[in-house]
Amino acid sequence: MSAAGSGGSADALLEVRDLEVEYPRGTGAVRVLDGVTLTISPGESVGVVGESGVGKTVLVRAILGLLDPPWRVVRGTVSYRGLNLLAQPEAALQQLRGKEIALTTHEPRKHLNPVATIGDQMARVVQAHRRASRTEARASAIELLRLVGIPDPELRLLAYPHELSGGMCQRVVIAMALAHSPKLLMGDEPTAGLDLTISLQILDLMRDLVRDFHSSLLLVSRDLGVVAHYCQRVAVMYAGQIVEVADVPTFFTGAIHPYSRRLLRAAAAATTDRRGTLSSVGSRAEQGRARCPYAPRCPLCLERCTREAPSLDPIAPAHWVRCFRHAEIAAGLQEVP
Amino acid sequence: MTDVPVLTVEALVKHFPLGHGRAVKAVNSISFQIDRGEALALVGESGSGKTTVGRCVLRLIEPTSGAISFRGEDILAMAPEQFRQRRRHLQLVFQEPYDSLNPRMRIGRILDEPMMLAGRGAPTARFSRAHDLLDMVGLGRSFIDLYPHQLSGGEQQRVGIARAIATDPDLVVLDEPTSALDVSVRAEILDLLVDLQARLGFAYLFISHDLTAVRRVCQRVAVMYLGRIVETARTSDIFERPLHPYSRALLSSVLYPDPAREQARFLLTGEIPSPIDLPAGCPLYARCPWGRPACDLSVPPLEALLPDRHVACFRAREENGIGAC
Repeated sequence: MSAAGSGGSADALLEVRDLEVEYPRGTGAVRVLDGVTLTISPGESVGVVGESGVGKTVLVRAILGLLDPPWRVVRGTVSYRGLNLLAQPEAALQQLRGKEIALTTHEPRKHLNPVATIGDQMARVVQAHRRASRTEARASAIELLRLVGIPDPELRLLAYPHELSGGMCQRVVIAMALAHSPKLLMGDEPTAGLDLTISLQILDLMRDLVRDFHSSLLLVSRDLGVVAHYCQRVAVMYAGQIVEVADVPTFFTGAIHPYSRRLLRAAAAATTDRRGTLSSVGSRAEQGRARCPYAPRCPLCLERCTREAPSLDPIAPAHWVRCFRHAEIAAGLQEVP
Repeated sequence: MTDVPVLTVEALVKHFPLGHGRAVKAVNSISFQIDRGEALALVGESGSGKTTVGRCVLRLIEPTSGAISFRGEDILAMAPEQFRQRRRHLQLVFQEPYDSLNPRMRIGRILDEPMMLAGRGAPTARFSRAHDLLDMVGLGRSFIDLYPHQLSGGEQQRVGIARAIATDPDLVVLDEPTSALDVSVRAEILDLLVDLQARLGFAYLFISHDLTAVRRVCQRVAVMYLGRIVETARTSDIFERPLHPYSRALLSSVLYPDPAREQARFLLTGEIPSPIDLPAGCPLYARCPWGRPACDLSVPPLEALLPDRHVACFRAREENGIGAC
């Protein structure tokens, strides 16, 4: 971990620094986020990738201050435009949520009230951060629904969530997220569970809206294909840590970390007719020891990796890797099987 | 006997009545066959009816009309007991591996149950077969005493596959077997499915929303849309050149993990129509960039456009630049 100033860099929109989050288990606790550091600049789209259980969703929830006990933020900061969100009272966070920072997830129906019409819910979102009459709120709602490509928005205002398809619900939630032109839009697997032809429409929509509103996007996904085409920078998470950060072209041509390489190979194998040629190593990561968390699965594991934990080090401009063997891998001296 | 297809489905229709004369028209007259040892993919998005077809084939639900024969025998005409006798040769792997395994049973017992029900051998023989099955799916014998919750998602799905092949089936229906799994595990399961089929020679009916998932496993693909098959082709042919606009849209929606790969976008607009009020004409008409008013008048039949390739589209010949056969 670099000892850069704790005030946060002036040009970052969001800066997560050394964030540690625990969840109690038995007499101890599981460290779900283990020193996460991540910066997002204005106008930038960043993808966070990793398999299920690596802590991606917890990171998103921590940024929004949505982790209630027994979740515990042990240390670290989340600075939004220089303001440490972790030190803010709930009332201040409510002022930011939905207005400055908005979230869409893979469960749009959970964000919608099943017994209220789309129109009522959208009006409430509009009125949450702005003085608006019922008529004005309704007009904004119609405009927002039109923006996200919902046909006949006037009619849809009268519909209940169960009358809409999953793709339509996701559009409604995105419309709500955009109601106050947020500076930071976060998508937690926003297209998981949607059909392929629909998910592309949703991703295009998010990308266009982020561009038009000059917002930033934090896109959490298990799908490297999504990140390749909709983000400028990638952060790979494993066992609650960021193990590699790079811009998209660098990552997809020259990822270094053995876990990144494994993800890339699997993604390539999943979309072509080539065999995966993946060794079936144990998939349960063990935590809590002073060593690289990936060591039990890593084909390049050294004795040192089982004793010490590597730090996230810069290996090139804007390219950071958490691996003792990054130099050998980068120089091509070490093949990653 | 060897020329008899493993599975023949003819003019299968399944409508779920809603009352007041309305119905969800999930499957609307589809026909296909699977040869011995062949792997056929049934690909379509939600609401296309693919899962309903799979359920009809296993007689988990009764079709509204149509015929299904398994190894030349009409399974819809069979008495339940008679069908149960055949059921050991017709197995299923589910989408959610954990939900499909009894949480109170150890893996050994889970694998034993289908063999026991099929009346296969003495307990000791079945026990040793359970060990072999675990080896075959790459788990190793130590798993036999574990409970499902002690296994990862990928390991659970391997158990689901081992259970399906325990009774030497002729046909295994795979209902989205990899879509609940992480991408690295997905690739391993697909490899396993290919290896097992090569070794044991059974046929697959692989139901999936994801064309890329079936690519390595299946020799042939049938693409479904709104309860109809709109294109059938050899897998390599459809990836090289999809002829139906819906197949083409599906393939162009695949996001390859390569930012440099710019794809020609062939996008549909809007959403899949309701299977309750089916359009009178081509089911894709409202979303199709090739659509002409005539497409909305009648349903295009599935026709041979090229050798081994059937397409249900009035415009496919012209748009793909294919002359009359």
